[in-house]
Amino acid sequence: MNRIQNVSRRGFLQGALASGVFVLGVRLGARRAWAAETAAPLIDPNLWLSIAADGTVTITAHRSEMGCGSRTALPLVVAEELDADWSRVKLEQAIGDQRYGDQDTDGSHSVAGSFDDMRLVGGMARAMLISAAAAQWQVPASQCSTQPHVVLHAASGRKLGFGELAAAAAKLPVPAREQIKLKPRSSWRYIGSEKNTLYDVPDIVTGKAVFGMDATLPGMVYASIEHPPVLGQAVKSLDNKSALAVHGVRRTVVLDPLTPPHGFQPLGGVAVIADNTWSAFKGRQRLKVEWTASPHSAYNSAQYRKALQSSSRNPGKVARNVGDVDAEFAKGGKLIEAEYYTPHLAHASMEPPVAVADYRNGKVVAWAPTQNPQAAQATIAAALKMNKEDVTCHVTLLGGAFGRKSMPDHVAEAAVLSKQLGKPVKVVWSREDDIRFDYYHSVAALYMKAAVGADGKPTAWLQRSAFPPIASTFDAAARYGDDEMAMGWNDLPYDIAHHRAENSPADHHVRIGWLRSVSNIYHAFAVQSFVDELAAVAGKDPVAYQLELLGADRIVKLDGSDADPLYPIDTGRMRHVMQLVAEKSGWANRAKVKGRGMGFAVHRSFRTYVATVVEVEVDAQGKVHIPNVWSALDAGTIVSPDNVRNQFQGAAVMGTSLALYGDITATDGVIDQSNFHNYPVARMNQAPRNTQVYIVDSSAPPAGVGEPGLPPFAPALCNAVFAATGRRVRELPLAKTKLV
Amino acid sequence: MIRLKVNGRERSFSGDPDMPLLWYLRDTAGLTGTKFGCGMALCGACTVHKDGKPVRSCSVSMQAAAGSEITTIEGIAALHPVQKAWIAARVPQCGYCQTGQIMQAIALLQTNKHPTDAEIDQAMSGNICRCGTYQRIRAAIHQAAKEMA
Repeated sequence: MNRIQNVSRRGFLQGALASGVFVLGVRLGARRAWAAETAAPLIDPNLWLSIAADGTVTITAHRSEMGCGSRTALPLVVAEELDADWSRVKLEQAIGDQRYGDQDTDGSHSVAGSFDDMRLVGGMARAMLISAAAAQWQVPASQCSTQPHVVLHAASGRKLGFGELAAAAAKLPVPAREQIKLKPRSSWRYIGSEKNTLYDVPDIVTGKAVFGMDATLPGMVYASIEHPPVLGQAVKSLDNKSALAVHGVRRTVVLDPLTPPHGFQPLGGVAVIADNTWSAFKGRQRLKVEWTASPHSAYNSAQYRKALQSSSRNPGKVARNVGDVDAEFAKGGKLIEAEYYTPHLAHASMEPPVAVADYRNGKVVAWAPTQNPQAAQATIAAALKMNKEDVTCHVTLLGGAFGRKSMPDHVAEAAVLSKQLGKPVKVVWSREDDIRFDYYHSVAALYMKAAVGADGKPTAWLQRSAFPPIASTFDAAARYGDDEMAMGWNDLPYDIAHHRAENSPADHHVRIGWLRSVSNIYHAFAVQSFVDELAAVAGKDPVAYQLELLGADRIVKLDGSDADPLYPIDTGRMRHVMQLVAEKSGWANRAKVKGRGMGFAVHRSFRTYVATVVEVEVDAQGKVHIPNVWSALDAGTIVSPDNVRNQFQGAAVMGTSLALYGDITATDGVIDQSNFHNYPVARMNQAPRNTQVYIVDSSAPPAGVGEPGLPPFAPALCNAVFAATGRRVRELPLAKTKLV
Repeated sequence: MIRLKVNGRERSFSGDPDMPLLWYLRDTAGLTGTKFGCGMALCGACTVHKDGKPVRSCSVSMQAAAGSEITTIEGIAALHPVQKAWIAARVPQCGYCQTGQIMQAIALLQTNKHPTDAEIDQAMSGNICRCGTYQRIRAAIHQAAKEMA
């Protein structure tokens, strides 16, 4: 395990896999077409960790750290099976390299997808250390065991530290996975420990942590890019005279326009190159650019809304069908319809997109806060018509991402400019660039209809959504959200005899991308608002009503392609989180006072079951305050419980932002919002004051924790507003509904 | 020529006097612990102390900073009780806004030894945390206040 300092570089030089190593075909949730190309990870401890003679263990983190804890969690799992002492572990961030398998830190699948692999990696390295000690002592390996950072032979009382054994262990063959005996759960010291902390916190609080915004290269210049205000526009004419007169501005560069589909390509526009960020920003304000026409210039949010709602009222593509909804509706009886509407959202991570790149001798080295360094390699390679093997992408810490930094357009911009200028370039997006040129969360229109029986329960249920799909980023003609169906739409857990989920077509006019929990946001909003409406019509308690709809504990049957055998939809687990949150929030004894109310919602996403109760106070001016939130979750096996609580507390704040304020709109194709004054996000005095998180103790396979806290929040909040005011909120943000 | 003191060290600057202090600190002085978040004094990520008071360095020009004493996160003798409290409360997620939060919290505790929840909300509401760590920030400030008492 005495590997060369830069293991990833060595990989580039050697290329092919060494013999005697095992490649596992583990990739959970590979449902997404654009992830299909990802290779399986190489399970060889030599790739993932090294041990120095002084015993320092360096573990490679192959996932990006954007605040969800993946960078700490996976190495903790390696350390667990290695039986390393965490205080003697250092982390090294992996560059983009397909030997690590999928590195796209999204979909809340870092731990779920790599947990078993990381255990194996640690277990293999531990076996090699034991073999090395056994050989030195001339005893059978079976007589040796480990304590933290030490191999021991109990019979003779001999001990050797990991550092003392590293050189000999490195010469041994990597054992077969079948030979690896993993620790029993009862022996875990780190997995599930309340003591776990994020690795980077000490550097964060002292300002030493290096985010993408902090990356520098010697001799670099700074670039700020005036992007085409409407998607698909190109530069028609440019007057750069007064920009060039700005102190520190060196020159301007006109960038090639993109070719549809836009994918992750740079948007084009005019780059102002300067000696520092400020000069580049200031020079940009003085550019005079005329743009060509774009068909997207006709995008106006108010008109688009009508088209989207109209689409959602007409039959769409069937995503799931049970029984015969139409026949049931035709019988007449009590029919209930409701329509919901949610706007585009911007990610607004605190660190705007930024990247540094250096093109030199036909190769590119980039430093970027990216969720997906392999996509950055591929995007740069495509933009510069080179091989992706000639692109190295280093991953810094990410100052928030929420899905935005899965899309590496900004990294490619830096590489393109570096090649053109012959020197390293740092591209810095302003907040205005970030808000106006995002890959937006889809606007969505949702239509719901149910026939209810005498007992108030639905006998038939139809749900239909329409939204510009993420697929439109990769196929300009795509109008259906096929991949989004598995995100809270085709997996309704209720025991309803006749049920159909549909998706209706929608055109895109801006770039659409993944935003924390993605379509689960609007799908959960519609389903969980509608079921609350049905409960009210039935005159039943919302939690009791949902428990009734859930029916007996069972596995929900889905069509083959949508079923996930490792993570079936288990209504027993869903029921448990519902009952837990009801108990913890004091749901049964909640006060029924005007202006004050509690609302409930439950949603399963990213394989995790979450039930949330939100308490609101609506004051005389109609302003909503959130004194308390309770969230109960079952995410299977948990690595770091306190981090999970932090994720769910944070989800309540982001949920508040999108429920109360988030609204991105366009006029003539241009985004109307630009910074936190007109795209507000929750501040301390607006956020929930106290969020309590309850984690179900579970030995099920690990599931997601970064995203699943978000979807149930907005419907729980709006259901609470209904309880407090009698006003039903069918559109986000809530500010659009008059409460007093 | 603009002169100012940054973290106790005399510095001079001969560039564009309109340049915000933020970009001088980051791009010229290499003090990258102070973050860029919005450029409009709306998010607080760039908070530093100017003559002991918290300011948004994105909206203080070098001209306006002339002759002042600036303290950035790098100028805080680590570990300050506020930083210790941040670690103990396991506040950060992504961490990008936290240096600004910490600078604002230190300034608050210099003028108010025992802030109430409402006073903390008031003082900290100019600092956005998109990850949503407010509840822990509030708890950490109370903890630091106790520690400093």
